[in-house]
Amino acid sequence: MTEPLQKMEAASKLLELKNIDLSFGGVKAISNISFDVMEGEVRAIIGPNGAGKSSMLNVINGFYHPQQGEIWFDGKQRHSMKPYQIAYQGIARTFQNIALFKGMSVLDNIMTGRFTHMHKNMLWQALWKGPAEQEEIVNREFVEGIIDFLEIQAIRKTPVGRLPYGLQKRVELGRALAAQPKMLLLDEPMAGMNVEEKEDMCRFILDVNDTFGTTIVLIEHDMGVVMDIADRVVVLDYGRKIGDGTPDVVRNDQTVIDAYLGVSH
Amino acid sequence: MFYRESGDFKKTYKLDSQTFPIKFDRWRYYFVMLVAFIVVPMFLTDYSANAVMIPFLVWAIAALGLNILVGYCGQLSLGTGGFMAVGAYSTYKLMTSFPGMDMISVIMLSGLVTAVVGAFFGLPSLRIKGFYLAVVTLAAQFFLVWLLNKVPWFYNYSASGQISAPQRELFGIVVTGPHATPVAAYLFCLIFAVGLAWIARNLTRGRMGRSWMAIRDMDIAAEIIGVNPLMAKLSAFAVSSFFIGVSGALLFSVYLGAAEVTEAFSINVSFAVLFMVIIGGLGSIFGSFIGAAFMVLMPVLLKNILVGGLGWPTDLAAHFELIIVGGLILVFLIVEPHGLAQMARVLKEKLRLWPFPH
Ligand SMILES: Nc1ncnc2c1ncn2[C@@H]1O[C@H](COP(=O)(O)OP(=O)(O)OP(=O)(O)O)[C@@H](O)[C@H]1O
Ligand SMILES: [Mg+2]
Repeated sequence: MTEPLQKMEAASKLLELKNIDLSFGGVKAISNISFDVMEGEVRAIIGPNGAGKSSMLNVINGFYHPQQGEIWFDGKQRHSMKPYQIAYQGIARTFQNIALFKGMSVLDNIMTGRFTHMHKNMLWQALWKGPAEQEEIVNREFVEGIIDFLEIQAIRKTPVGRLPYGLQKRVELGRALAAQPKMLLLDEPMAGMNVEEKEDMCRFILDVNDTFGTTIVLIEHDMGVVMDIADRVVVLDYGRKIGDGTPDVVRNDQTVIDAYLGVSH
Repeated sequence: MFYRESGDFKKTYKLDSQTFPIKFDRWRYYFVMLVAFIVVPMFLTDYSANAVMIPFLVWAIAALGLNILVGYCGQLSLGTGGFMAVGAYSTYKLMTSFPGMDMISVIMLSGLVTAVVGAFFGLPSLRIKGFYLAVVTLAAQFFLVWLLNKVPWFYNYSASGQISAPQRELFGIVVTGPHATPVAAYLFCLIFAVGLAWIARNLTRGRMGRSWMAIRDMDIAAEIIGVNPLMAKLSAFAVSSFFIGVSGALLFSVYLGAAEVTEAFSINVSFAVLFMVIIGGLGSIFGSFIGAAFMVLMPVLLKNILVGGLGWPTDLAAHFELIIVGGLILVFLIVEPHGLAQMARVLKEKLRLWPFPH
């Protein structure tokens, strides 16, 4: 249990949110929340339904623009950016409700994740032969690496719509990984999975974190999983932050127990 | 027996992304090219060129263009007729203003003009989707036809309001005007159809095509992987309109020879091309060709059978044709939204692994 602390000391802040306020009409989804994410850590966000967890990720990747507060990423303050620009900054994510491209194969879905790494213009693409094909092959090789890593070789050419839920989640992770992000946002990556699938997914997340040093922010309801894989945990309730620290600290915090753990478990 | 994937494994990614991954398909492709460029011209008559082959090629190019927009990028358009008119009138203005310009450049430039116009009318697609976008493109259709009809500069102040294509040569062979032979006109269109199909194939299998399909399937997810929705949609409108503009240019200069905008490029054209795309197969290049072939051949066949064979009156046969097209659209939308191309694919899948289906 000293390991997470060591990790933190060595690393710098990759993301810092300061006093974020977000409301929809009269509904306050996030009130005055601040927290940071260290480079290379696995940071979990937990909290009951409607606590504002997904909204937090939407703020980080630019779908929602907070009314108040500052966002610092990679040492720079961010001023209102579009989600596609944030993708170029190195943030990738998966969704709570799977958001794959239904009409495309597994391979093509993951290839779309390479979008920010491909630069040949339209004329080269129209010609295909030469630079565009070369670029396609290089990126295809990278994607094949991800397919091997996620152990989905057999379904490479299958249209994603035909896959069972658990595999779709895995493909969505693959698409996010293909972008080689600095920071990976995962919104309930294990929801609706059986124990075996959850174990696989945990293994993938930890492997990604270990092998590529990717910083991970994940939302998860399964407390066992969170305690196992997270370095630090933020606890939200009704849009407010009620706890922040290592899993051990959070687990023993009376406010957290009352608001969340006590109620739903 | 020979149509099989068994034993035909791909060793490199390059081979795997080939257009025709199975040897048999590749040979069939060479065979089709051979037939199209050499055998067909040997047997081409005035009738078969004008009733079947040339319109087939011209409409196939339009269907390819619309398929890029609707089938690949998921943006519905009813402005095809108007965009074809832009291509046709650009060609007319270029041919009459620069008599020395070669026809390949004329047609390509007309495509570019149409691409710009198309991208402009695609701008609202950033904000509006589906039905409402269809209404905007419908407005584009009526506006463009109105404009080209209203401003006499576009038809060089001709008294009839018509535009007609002067005679032009390419490598010393007459390709436009009344003295063009059917073979020359056919080959001229064929070059464009084959070239543009190749470009469509390249664009749709690469980065740009994936960005279009990503927008079509789930625009939110497309954004988080870095696709700028405006760029993706506008590029789809531009490329699609380029194809449609070329088609309009060929329809006017090579096929019709003379045109009047309210007749040749009416809303009916927009619907006809949309039907080709639906019947042939949304999101399929091959489908665009079958769709065009179907819509060109069916009236010819029906006319021969009903009027020629059974002695029906012409107008009754024409109505019957409308009923058949309408019925087929319904059937395809309900039963097989991916059209004839998908039916062919399913059949192929079955043959592909035969005799070992598992
Ligand atoms: N686009 C939106 N428009 C209006 N209200 C919203 C919107 N997005 C979120 N909210 C509201 O913000 C609050 C927090 O929602 P959020 O989805 O972030 O919760 P969550 O913690 O992810 O919950 P869950 O565990 O159910 O996924 C809820 O009250 C929700 O209704
Ligand atoms: Mg949520």
